[in-house]
Amino acid sequence: MDKRFFFEKYGLSERDLEKYLAAALAAGGDYADLYFEYLTSTALSVDESMVKSASQGISAGCGVRVVTGERTGYAYTDDLAPEKILHAARTAALIASGPAKTPVVDLKERAHASLYPVTDAASDAELARKVELVFRADKAARAYDSRIKEVRASYADELRRVLIIGSDGTFAEDVQPLSRLNVFVIARDGEQTAKGSAGGGGRHKFDIFLTEKTPEHFAREAARQAILQLSAVPCPAGEMEVVLGPGWPGVLLHEAVGHGLEADFNRKKTSAFSGLMGKRVASEKCTVVDNGTLNERRGSLNVDDEGNSTNNTVLIENGILKNYMADKLSARLMGLPNTGNGRRESYEHIPMPRMTNTYMLAGDDLPEDIIKSVKKGLYAVNFGGGSVDITSGKFVFAASEAYLIEDGKITRPVKDATLIGNGPDVLTRVSMVGNDLALDEGIGTCGKDGQSVPVGVGQPTLKIDRMTVGGTGSAE
Amino acid sequence: MATTSIGKEVDLRELVQMVVKRAQELGATAVESVVSEGSEFSTSVRLGAVETLKESGSRGLGVRVFVGQHAANTSTSDLSADGVEQMVRGAIDLAKITSEDPMGGLPDPAELGQLNGDLELYFDDVYSLSNEERIDQARRAEKAALDTDPRLQNSDGGTFDASIGRKVMASSLGFVGEYRSSYCSISAVPIASDEQGNMQRDYWYSVARTLKKLDSPEEVGRIAAERTLRRLGARKVKTQKVPIVFDRQTAGALLDHVADAVNGDAIYRHASFLAGKLGSEVFGKNVTIIDDGTMKGGFGTRPFDGEGVPTRRTTVVENGALQSYLLNTYTAKKLEMKTTGNASRGLAGTPGIGNGNFYLQPGEKSPEEIIKNVKQGLFVTEFLGFGINLVTGDFSRGASGMWIENGEFAYPVEEITVAGNLGEMFRNLSEIGSDLVWRGSVACPTLRIEGMTIAGE
Repeated sequence: MDKRFFFEKYGLSERDLEKYLAAALAAGGDYADLYFEYLTSTALSVDESMVKSASQGISAGCGVRVVTGERTGYAYTDDLAPEKILHAARTAALIASGPAKTPVVDLKERAHASLYPVTDAASDAELARKVELVFRADKAARAYDSRIKEVRASYADELRRVLIIGSDGTFAEDVQPLSRLNVFVIARDGEQTAKGSAGGGGRHKFDIFLTEKTPEHFAREAARQAILQLSAVPCPAGEMEVVLGPGWPGVLLHEAVGHGLEADFNRKKTSAFSGLMGKRVASEKCTVVDNGTLNERRGSLNVDDEGNSTNNTVLIENGILKNYMADKLSARLMGLPNTGNGRRESYEHIPMPRMTNTYMLAGDDLPEDIIKSVKKGLYAVNFGGGSVDITSGKFVFAASEAYLIEDGKITRPVKDATLIGNGPDVLTRVSMVGNDLALDEGIGTCGKDGQSVPVGVGQPTLKIDRMTVGGTGSAE
Repeated sequence: MATTSIGKEVDLRELVQMVVKRAQELGATAVESVVSEGSEFSTSVRLGAVETLKESGSRGLGVRVFVGQHAANTSTSDLSADGVEQMVRGAIDLAKITSEDPMGGLPDPAELGQLNGDLELYFDDVYSLSNEERIDQARRAEKAALDTDPRLQNSDGGTFDASIGRKVMASSLGFVGEYRSSYCSISAVPIASDEQGNMQRDYWYSVARTLKKLDSPEEVGRIAAERTLRRLGARKVKTQKVPIVFDRQTAGALLDHVADAVNGDAIYRHASFLAGKLGSEVFGKNVTIIDDGTMKGGFGTRPFDGEGVPTRRTTVVENGALQSYLLNTYTAKKLEMKTTGNASRGLAGTPGIGNGNFYLQPGEKSPEEIIKNVKQGLFVTEFLGFGINLVTGDFSRGASGMWIENGEFAYPVEEITVAGNLGEMFRNLSEIGSDLVWRGSVACPTLRIEGMTIAGE
């Protein structure tokens, strides 16, 4: 669908594109690209059992980048008139100073994958069907338990059309659907109040919300968490054995090793992983990949935001650091393969190396054996989110559902607590890896340098021999 | 379908009023429209060489409509006649699928208005420097940092950024208002390495509405270097309870959580540990918290809020007693109160709630005196992560800083968490510093808090 969308809507021709690139390279840049984006979005939510409001928006524009050596010039316009794009190209060109030296290679459209639906994407569904989803979620959450007092369910989708043109001949067009359903609840019982949330989505057809990722599924999950938290005890504080459940707890990998393996930090030698290529950074049970090629996943892309096909890149293989995630600039400057990890939030932003779907492959251990092996520790299955200091390697992630493990058995639920560790050595303490790899339900958004992009994470059940848990309770 | 507005300069005041009128023609009973335009540039230098230059401008338009008690909103970056018409029609159509909400609506007309006089929010000097001068600012900040000490060999760069913006709003109640704002900032992010090759990074920045109030690049670089160097050799400490001193930055982050906890949206949904506590003593007697949207030149100052209601000074907490929430029209109605002029509004979406200049009233002691009084404790200079549960107030975040022994810094600390409950933490403030410094719309002096748990080894 919509091939040549920008050509038709804005009357663009290939000659125009070449002219803009030539203007961008007029002062001697090595490389230039154009990123056209046309984004439509819808959001609605139910709150106190009413759809109090709904939003729709359109955002369109073009970003022009000029690269010369390690320098990047960037300008954008939200007006796609030819003279405005030319103006942006000339502004971006100010990064270089000299005569033009790089010719524009003939634009060539290459075949790329088709990982998500091009018709019946969630955004195409009638509004009434989207409204029905949030009402169903509201009803299911309230029906779960009379102690559920507040329910907010939200639905959001977008359709992003992109056209990426590079002076190296890159010509890529893509239509990227993305949707998400979320449920947030508050439970009250006497003086106790607790919250729960769940959600998911991806780049799929609307029907997935009627079959697999139903409103009832997320509503019950959010309600279950909130009711459970009503009886949570303070989380212990201190170092202990930690077992992480499958799926979304993979946010550990995203923070602990993922960011540190983005090529830009390693090119600048500002990452705690700088200089560790080929060395052991995890126990041999750990193999971690970044895979942008999974069908319909939230972090997947047919082409990255520089027009390259995405890949399944092995980052860590049996504990040994194998690859960084690279974009065009890092690949060229570091002599690395371009892994198709160049991403950006929108036409207003400069692309940089970013994760897609990052996960650890399954091991051989049975999840129940992993729990049984722990005498005293924490079993964490749901997380809010995390953060990392790339340079020191210290990372945190906040557990929103966790339990004590006592004598090999899961016992009481504990309150929210932050877990903290050191990226380059946390995975060396992974002593057991479950056979139950799961990917998250499609809720992750990653922020870097002020840019947000959708990502996925996943992992099997993992045991980490020692980690600091930041509760308020006694560890004894 | 070519729909761009080639060369036509649109009058933004006329545009929003036209949108209001058009929505009324199409059946809206109440309308509010906002347009914003802005320009930004950013300049970054790394290891002395230019890394990025970015410069651009953009515009966006949004409308919120009510058709009876049904609300909807739409936005667009396409300001052509077709784009605007599509946006307005879209909002009217969208209102057909939303519920009837008896509490919805624009403010009471008697509430509308705006502060007069120059609020000192806009200074065009932020755009006055040439490209070379901008690069020079960024380069000097980084150089000042790296020249401080041979252990500073690497860097994530120095930056010089600025932005200017204009926002115009009109509503079907006859309100029309607009304001401009400007920002400029300088930052430096040096990286230090010790003999073992362990690296530490920290940063410093200065932000202002005019170049005249911006700290010099040398000052920014010097502080960034100092903050980075003192982290070298950081270690974990044992799990324990000791007094914790939070510097202005981290204390401000704690106060930011309080601002979220008094947000009317969280209150009426009972999603805050402060819900239902109006009039009761929620914090220590030494705690007074003010929200003031009217301070000249403030980062949280605006002449009117996101619904056209004038901003004001609100005492949120007085001597520990919760006196007011921060409200917009909707949350005020839900709580049977009056708006506090804290509606915030982007182009898209329903108005939310935002603080003005939100601060905790300073005490008497300097930060140095507060640290000197600690026999054994922790001085926190940075948080990592977002571990706050506003429903319960439970707080647990990664932290780094300096260990205090007998009133002096002993060694740097990292890879620990600090945890407590936000309500208890603000009941256990044993010292409040005299150092209230504005670097954003929330400011808090140095705080000493008793009874929190450090998790480490």
